[in-house]
Amino acid sequence: MKSLIRASIGILLVCGILMYTSHAMDATSGKSGKDILTIYNWGEYIDPALIKKFEKQTGINVIYETFDSNEAMMTKIEQGGTNYDIAVPSEYTVEQMRERHLLKKIDHKQIPNLKYIEPDFLHLAFDKKNQYSIPYFWGTVGVVYNKKLLKDKKFDSWDDLWDPSLKGKVILVDSAREVIGVGLNSIGQSLNTTDSTVLQKATNKLIRMAPNVKAVIGDEVTQLMINGDAEVALTWSGQAADMMSENEDLTYSVPKEGSNLWFDNMVIPKTSKNIEGAHKFINFMLDPKVAAQNSEYVGYTTPNKAALKLMDPEIVNDTRYYVSKDVREKLEVYKNLGKEKIGEYNELFLRFKMSIR
Amino acid sequence: MRRKGNLLSLIPYYIWILFFVIAPILLIVYYSLLDLHGHFTINNYRNFLTSVYLKMTLSSFWYAFLITLFSLIISYPAAYLITKLKYKQLWLILIIIPSWINLLLKTYAFIGIFGNKGPINAFVKAIGLPNQQILFTDFAFVFVSVYIFIPFMILPIFNALDKLNPALIDASRDLGASKITTFRRVIIPLTMNGVKAGVQAVFIPALSLFMITRLIAGNRVITLGTAIEEQFLTTQNWGMGSTISVFLILFMFIIMLLTGERKKGVARNGKAK
Repeated sequence: MKSLIRASIGILLVCGILMYTSHAMDATSGKSGKDILTIYNWGEYIDPALIKKFEKQTGINVIYETFDSNEAMMTKIEQGGTNYDIAVPSEYTVEQMRERHLLKKIDHKQIPNLKYIEPDFLHLAFDKKNQYSIPYFWGTVGVVYNKKLLKDKKFDSWDDLWDPSLKGKVILVDSAREVIGVGLNSIGQSLNTTDSTVLQKATNKLIRMAPNVKAVIGDEVTQLMINGDAEVALTWSGQAADMMSENEDLTYSVPKEGSNLWFDNMVIPKTSKNIEGAHKFINFMLDPKVAAQNSEYVGYTTPNKAALKLMDPEIVNDTRYYVSKDVREKLEVYKNLGKEKIGEYNELFLRFKMSIR
Repeated sequence: MRRKGNLLSLIPYYIWILFFVIAPILLIVYYSLLDLHGHFTINNYRNFLTSVYLKMTLSSFWYAFLITLFSLIISYPAAYLITKLKYKQLWLILIIIPSWINLLLKTYAFIGIFGNKGPINAFVKAIGLPNQQILFTDFAFVFVSVYIFIPFMILPIFNALDKLNPALIDASRDLGASKITTFRRVIIPLTMNGVKAGVQAVFIPALSLFMITRLIAGNRVITLGTAIEEQFLTTQNWGMGSTISVFLILFMFIIMLLTGERKKGVARNGKAK
């Protein structure tokens, strides 16, 4: 009996300590007030010098936290207990967060620098009036390949990935929409296709690519490409830029049939305690000089038209990233297709993966 | 009074079982009966019985079988050898220590080892053979999995062998049995429980492996674990994910029944984890 009491007290004590710790941790993570701004961004996605500059300019202290997936970020905000003032979701997540009422409206009057953003990148389907989101970086999906390992190979067309000489050499990203998207693009269909027969057709075409597929993996691809362990991979332009900065033999191409256009956007989560500061920060990041510096540091493509003029022309004229106008017209932003369709995409993707043997 | 005290002290155990074993299983069964909109349906089960998932189940079993088989082939002689060594506890520890390291870290290490520029290919090139693609093959997947599971197989077999009374072996030899007969008729039957425990500890987790399938096999091997992960994290179809989990739990029960001990009371020694 005595030991039982002792055990119960022990358990209660541990619970108490855990509760206290979690309380203390809540208090530090996302603590916010008038002169504190909590930013929740992807890892290595801002020039740290700019945060210092912002702090100096406004006297606001910045707390900077990072996440590595849209889903994780959204879950954390949805669960509450955080006070993030700025978050940077991708476009389809903006739509989901809006639907779940996790976002605050952005007051455009407080963001005069919005005028510097390229008009093509505003008023897109995921947030028609930019009421909730302001573009931060944009990019494409394309093919990164090793010029040295694949002599004379070009990836101007998606069909080049079906080339028999690439047997067991193609790495795909483990993401249903991107891979099914390759199938859809290659048969000239929209990336937002909802017609099941068309999706089936795209999958059947993909299955014919199966002998060429070396692996379907995630971020590990970066290291494999840099080490020259892999010849060609489907990837996002930003990830391609990371790889190319480490290995000069790599290059990136967006096939002519079109591809995905993606955006990461600044939003103000519902949990924000410093809305004024958040607006100040968004406006600050849209300043052409700041945007130019940030883009050159991070290596991603900026939607800020005025910033382009201040940047190294070699970067701005690199059509692999800043794709020409007629290619850009063929790029498509993902629409939120609803859970059923996403489920269907994933089912088809699973079937495709099972065919790689 | 004493009896009562014993019953009382069991209460935390029952609460634990209720909240962390029974309740989660019931929740999984409940979710498996829901569709995307939270309506009751049995479509998830119908979906599971289509060719895609049945094929996946078969391939999961096949790979789990291979992994268990190779683990056993390596572990039994290894465990036998260790029992004969002078510092057997030390040797055992050396085998067990790697299992304390995070599984993901070990897996990442193998990406480097198996890579085109890794040590294995460096050796292959040194003896004049062309570069081999090792990463993203069935071989790599089974090899890494076996490496990871070996400690869980060795431990119970070692315990069973270590407890084996040497007098029995002497008796068998005295009665004229050959070495092979002794091994077949005396040692194996007496260590069967260790083997069963080891098979359980390897086969069941091997059925639901998922990170290794992507990192080492590049998704060329798809197991039930991979499918569950995808349903929960990307598709966010909890119903389907739960349905696959229900089947996985069923398979596990069947395996436990098949490999379970008939007689109670025999120490289930060293069942890892």
